[in-house]
Amino acid sequence: MANYFWMIPFFPALSVVLFLLFGRLMSKKYVSFQACFSVLLSFVFSLFAFIHLLSLPSSSLPLVKKLFTWILSGNFQANFSLQLDPLSSVMTLVVTGVGFLIHVYSVGYMAEDRSYTRYFTQLNLFTFAMLILVMASNIVLMFVGWEGVGLCSYLLIGFWFEKHSAANAGKKAFIVNRIGDAAFLLGIFLIFSHLGSGEFTVINQALSQHQLALPLATLIAILLFVGATGKSAQIPLYVWLPDAMEGPTPVSALIHAATMVTAGVYMVARLNHLYSFTPSAAQIVAIVGAITAVFAGTIALTQNDIKRVLAYSTISQIGYMFMGCGVGAYAAGMFHLVTHAFFKSLLFLAAGSVMHALSGELNMQKMGGLKKYLPQTYPTFLIGAIAISGIPFFSGFFSKDAILTSAYAQGNYLVWTLGIFGAVLTAFYMFRLIFLTFHGPERMDEEVKKHIHESPPVMTIPLVILAILSIVGGYIGLPAVVGKEANWFFKFLTPVISHHEEVHLSLSTEWLLILASTVVALTGIFIAYVLYLKKPSLPHQMVARFPRAYRLLVNKYYVDEAYNYIFVQPTIKGSELVYQHFDLKVIDGAVNGTATSAGFSGKIISYLHTGLIKDYALAILLGAIILLGYLLL
Amino acid sequence: MGLILFILFGSIAIIFSLGLIFFKNQIYNALCLIVTLSALGGIFALLNAPFIAVVQIIIYAGAIMVLFVFVIMTINLKKGLPPERKKWPARLAIIIGIILFLELLLAILRVGGLFPPSASPAGTPANLGELLFSTFIYPFEITSVLIVAALVGAIVLGKKRNQE
Amino acid sequence: MIPINLIFIFGLVLFSIGLIAFFVKRDLITMFMAVELMLNAANLIFIGFAQAFASLEGQIIVFFVITVAAAEAAIGLAIVMLIFRQKKTVKTEDLNLMKG
Repeated sequence: MANYFWMIPFFPALSVVLFLLFGRLMSKKYVSFQACFSVLLSFVFSLFAFIHLLSLPSSSLPLVKKLFTWILSGNFQANFSLQLDPLSSVMTLVVTGVGFLIHVYSVGYMAEDRSYTRYFTQLNLFTFAMLILVMASNIVLMFVGWEGVGLCSYLLIGFWFEKHSAANAGKKAFIVNRIGDAAFLLGIFLIFSHLGSGEFTVINQALSQHQLALPLATLIAILLFVGATGKSAQIPLYVWLPDAMEGPTPVSALIHAATMVTAGVYMVARLNHLYSFTPSAAQIVAIVGAITAVFAGTIALTQNDIKRVLAYSTISQIGYMFMGCGVGAYAAGMFHLVTHAFFKSLLFLAAGSVMHALSGELNMQKMGGLKKYLPQTYPTFLIGAIAISGIPFFSGFFSKDAILTSAYAQGNYLVWTLGIFGAVLTAFYMFRLIFLTFHGPERMDEEVKKHIHESPPVMTIPLVILAILSIVGGYIGLPAVVGKEANWFFKFLTPVISHHEEVHLSLSTEWLLILASTVVALTGIFIAYVLYLKKPSLPHQMVARFPRAYRLLVNKYYVDEAYNYIFVQPTIKGSELVYQHFDLKVIDGAVNGTATSAGFSGKIISYLHTGLIKDYALAILLGAIILLGYLLL
Repeated sequence: MGLILFILFGSIAIIFSLGLIFFKNQIYNALCLIVTLSALGGIFALLNAPFIAVVQIIIYAGAIMVLFVFVIMTINLKKGLPPERKKWPARLAIIIGIILFLELLLAILRVGGLFPPSASPAGTPANLGELLFSTFIYPFEITSVLIVAALVGAIVLGKKRNQE
Repeated sequence: MIPINLIFIFGLVLFSIGLIAFFVKRDLITMFMAVELMLNAANLIFIGFAQAFASLEGQIIVFFVITVAAAEAAIGLAIVMLIFRQKKTVKTEDLNLMKG
């Protein structure tokens, strides 16, 4: 059964094809069934592959299955081949498992939408592309999946394309992504020109034999990371993710929380040999991740749209994942990826449930006291918030702690400090969200209040499952304080991830670090409690005292406006100029000119057609003379 | 003897063909052409082609030119034509004609020496007929078809329209 | 007896006279007569070659040329008649229906 692992991406692909061909003929119930079942099949196959992997010795990894030779051009060869190893297995399980739950949730959430089939077609297409991305055995095929998920992101963000804001958000996502992809492509070109192949096994071997010069490898690593900043919404290419909340909430959960945005992290983990080889590039990754984590966290403090808070939270948490990878703790970064997939998708789906209950209201200032109206959504939401804040015994704690401990152990105190500060911010803004939404006075409109209802089971059951995972998901990676070999997750990933310097800290230091992260999390929650429950007037007073700081944060540091001014407007003006001067005058001129000259020359030649016999005879005579002259002379 | 006759006939032919250019009256042109063709017939006879010579006189100078004269009479143009509007095509044509003449002269002179007129077979009807009905039988038959076609065509073209 | 080159030159002279006459004249019938003159010049050269190469094929060709020239003259003159009926003129300057 495990030798059929390569079939995992093709169940959703087949589903897409069937939808495209026969979608019109299908009933809503069947559409739901086919969409969810195809992902479920992929999940089952992933599970079996995972179990099989457990029994294989690490020397036989990775298992590669070449499906066909895709490009063969001289020395350049790129195959369509998929591989199975612990890293890809983890990713397929996350993508298909969480994806399946989100598909089920979508059945309820999108039940009244008129483009039901289109939604599931695109969602399945996304699943297929993401699976190709994580299962590719060479970097070119990975890029194919990379672009595919970018496309599906565009399609799904702009799902309600009649809304201008949604269409624009889709465009923005795709274009910003593209900028990162340009850098990514440059990295691929460099790899191919120096190594001749994009297969990950070849790259890793070349690195271990030092076939790449350090400056070149650093350049490649940085270029690929720039691509990752686009896909995973880090500084400077994060601006598309908050706008992407225009899409349906399950889309935000799947693509912009659990899977697509984590593709950059996966890429860094997949190429961990490269990043370990180039310490300067790795440091850049860590710093960018850390700064982004804090930066996004500060913006999230002041947002009033429930989904925007979660979007900035996602940006921040992915910063943590890059932090982990940057300091060499790739397994810790992946661990956070997994737990984040659980609790972030949970948070988004729960937020969707809240919006569903409130007939689409997004503004937290217009919510409050929903605890008693939503008895199933509230506990799950709370569990997600606790998990993300890093409270012990919940999954987020284990993964965040792993990252921070590794940072400290590497001596990267700057990164550690930023990480701790980010943890405070995380706890604060998450519980601000909880208190504003579920506790306190009810600030809803009367109309909305009349229609409040809890979501149907098809939506709440996935919430419950994700909540359970958010709690127990952490126990696969227990910290060293519990036992030396307790971290099963790390052990599982060892064949893929080279653990270079395992700096060991003393037990007491480790306990201290755990204490520190717990304390800051609780501090954040406490501050939120004070500000939003105990003394609700306090936030307004703070805003009044620091109006400029507040405005800066609420307007997201004016980054969008800056980009618009520096990049977008000049591009638009420039293209207008080019259009006026080159496109209209030169190109149209050339085309029209050809036509005109053809007509003109025809007119001139038509003067020869006088209709008089003598002129024709003269022409014949001339021809005869010339010919004879040529023959004689 | 033959040479003297040749020069005589030749000069007549050339002089009267020049008349074709210089006379404006069409009947005079036709008459000049008739004399020229007859002189040519004489030259043919000198060149060991008696049959052709006679055919030339009967058909060309006799039938074809008479046809020309008929048509000229029918058309009955007034004497002369108003002066030409554009003079330069004619002058250009003359120059080009002279050029052509010179080129062909060059070609002939290049060919070289005189071919000795060895014992060439006489162009008697018997000899010609032998050749005509053996090697050239196909052109012969086809030419007869051609003549029928020309006959029919000329009649059709010449009919007055309102008789149909 | 007769130098062959002289025959050729003589035929060439006749041909050129016919050519020049074709371009100088402005009415259709005379132009047609010039064409006939050119044909005859060609016939003369054929006979000359027949004499030079001691074969009769030249004369056969002349035979056919005369025949075809007769047929062509008949048709051509019929056409000239028709043109005259239509346009009441045979001046070639006025026959420019094919202009453009």
